Amino acid sequence: MPEDTSATSQVALAWRQYRLERRLFWRNPSAAFFNLGVPLLFFALFGAIFAGDQDALNILVPGIAGMSIVSTTFTALAHNMVALREQGVLKRIRGTPLPGGTYLAGLALHAITNTVVQIAIVLVIGRLVFDVDGLRDPTALVVFVVVGVVCFASLGVAFSHLIPSSDAAPAYVNAVFLPLIFVSGVFYDPAKAPGFLVDIAEILPLVHLVEGLRGAMVTGAGVADEAGSLAVLAVWTAFGVVFAVRGFSWEARRA
Amino acid sequence: MTRDRAIEVRDLHKAYGPVEAVRGISFGVDRGEVYGLLGPNGAGKTTTVEILEGYRERTGGTVSVLGFDPEERPRALRERVGIVLQQTGIYRHIAVREALVHFAAMYPRPRDPDELIALVGLEGKEDARAKTLSGGQLRRLDLALALVGDPELVFLDEPTTGFDPAARRTAWETVRSLRALGKTVLLTTHYLEEAQALADRVAIVKGGRIVVEGAPRDLGVGASTRVRVTYRNALGEQVEHITDDPTRLLHELTAEAIERGEALDDLAVNRPTLEEVYLELTADA
Repeated sequence: MPEDTSATSQVALAWRQYRLERRLFWRNPSAAFFNLGVPLLFFALFGAIFAGDQDALNILVPGIAGMSIVSTTFTALAHNMVALREQGVLKRIRGTPLPGGTYLAGLALHAITNTVVQIAIVLVIGRLVFDVDGLRDPTALVVFVVVGVVCFASLGVAFSHLIPSSDAAPAYVNAVFLPLIFVSGVFYDPAKAPGFLVDIAEILPLVHLVEGLRGAMVTGAGVADEAGSLAVLAVWTAFGVVFAVRGFSWEARRA
Repeated sequence: MTRDRAIEVRDLHKAYGPVEAVRGISFGVDRGEVYGLLGPNGAGKTTTVEILEGYRERTGGTVSVLGFDPEERPRALRERVGIVLQQTGIYRHIAVREALVHFAAMYPRPRDPDELIALVGLEGKEDARAKTLSGGQLRRLDLALALVGDPELVFLDEPTTGFDPAARRTAWETVRSLRALGKTVLLTTHYLEEAQALADRVAIVKGGRIVVEGAPRDLGVGASTRVRVTYRNALGEQVEHITDDPTRLLHELTAEAIERGEALDDLAVNRPTLEEVYLELTADA
């Protein structure tokens, strides 16, 4: 019997892995809440606070979209990679014929599904409740969502290498995630923040993702207008990919 | 290198930084054979097996597994090998049958998941989530997952550690059934009786080296030329001599006794058991 390593069989295996990840995701409600629930909770709270202030809402809706991308990729993957390593799942997978790339494709598709669902929810709520068009430049929206997913997914995998154990993962992830969303203009106009915070935020990737999303969803600024933001995101993506690959380990570090 | 050998290891070395875990191990496993690596924790058994499984890169020596170099991790090799790792690893929220069906799809000629569930004795647990299984049940799921691709060669790294005696007997039956099917098995264990019960040949590993190798029966009585002679002397004290030349020793002892007109009470000549060989060989210092 000839070995079946055709592209179609790899797609079928990645699809199987994807479906398994989806099923397991919903069986773990706390993960589902952290990934999907937290940004929506913040959306509802700040939406209520800023109700009637359209300028603030115009900041909030793309901000929450950016936060959603971070939480469905960076946060989710940092947690997942640590748990999968610690549980020995990665090591088991590595002992099977399933190619690593096919496995990761299934995992990535799972994270992307969460991102797409989340962005769709933010767009619908933004339009119906907060009167934010959301689709001023659909091309720019797709470009920034895709770049944001790749950037924060690679940073999430890279960051997981620094986390010693599952127990420590929430502390490590929140130590990055919470300050990041507060300095990056998710909830307020970053121009109104003190100068030193603006300087810090400008170095980090999220403010640039939110900037690009604001152009696509609110102001109508296209990809060309946000080239600077794309460039910063590209640098962070390159950094994330290099460290995600270099530090990768199939098993937990030996104590 | 012999083609019909499932595993061939020559002068294998592995260092973790300055620590040498494996210091020149050589052995071969024939197809259809159950081969045991026996030794205390930290002897280098798992490092050796994980090199053969393709998880670790060796520092020196040559290795062939089913004709492949495991370090290159060819897919054709991974399709023909089943692995039970020392520590179980499975999604916490996956169900038993679901796991077997999922992993079966990765192999060209998988075994039937329900047949495997019966083989390892997990009937009635088909829909149970992994996180609800006991340690022994998880280990059995591990074994079923290792067999799901119908492998020619099965690695079992301490497959029964933590089992109660009944569960251990059941696991042993499963390993024997693998041999009956013509599978090759490489087993590591620190249980002497397990190696004795299952392995056609055993290598005792200590400090990263094989200190003795052979059939379990030969290791006890054949490989060692030394014999223990014991008796009670005229004062009633237990006397023990270890000798390579029991004929001469007995001749001398009995001659002296007869000369003095004494008897050698409880005179016994024993070959060391495998357990004694093992304890002696693996004793510290």
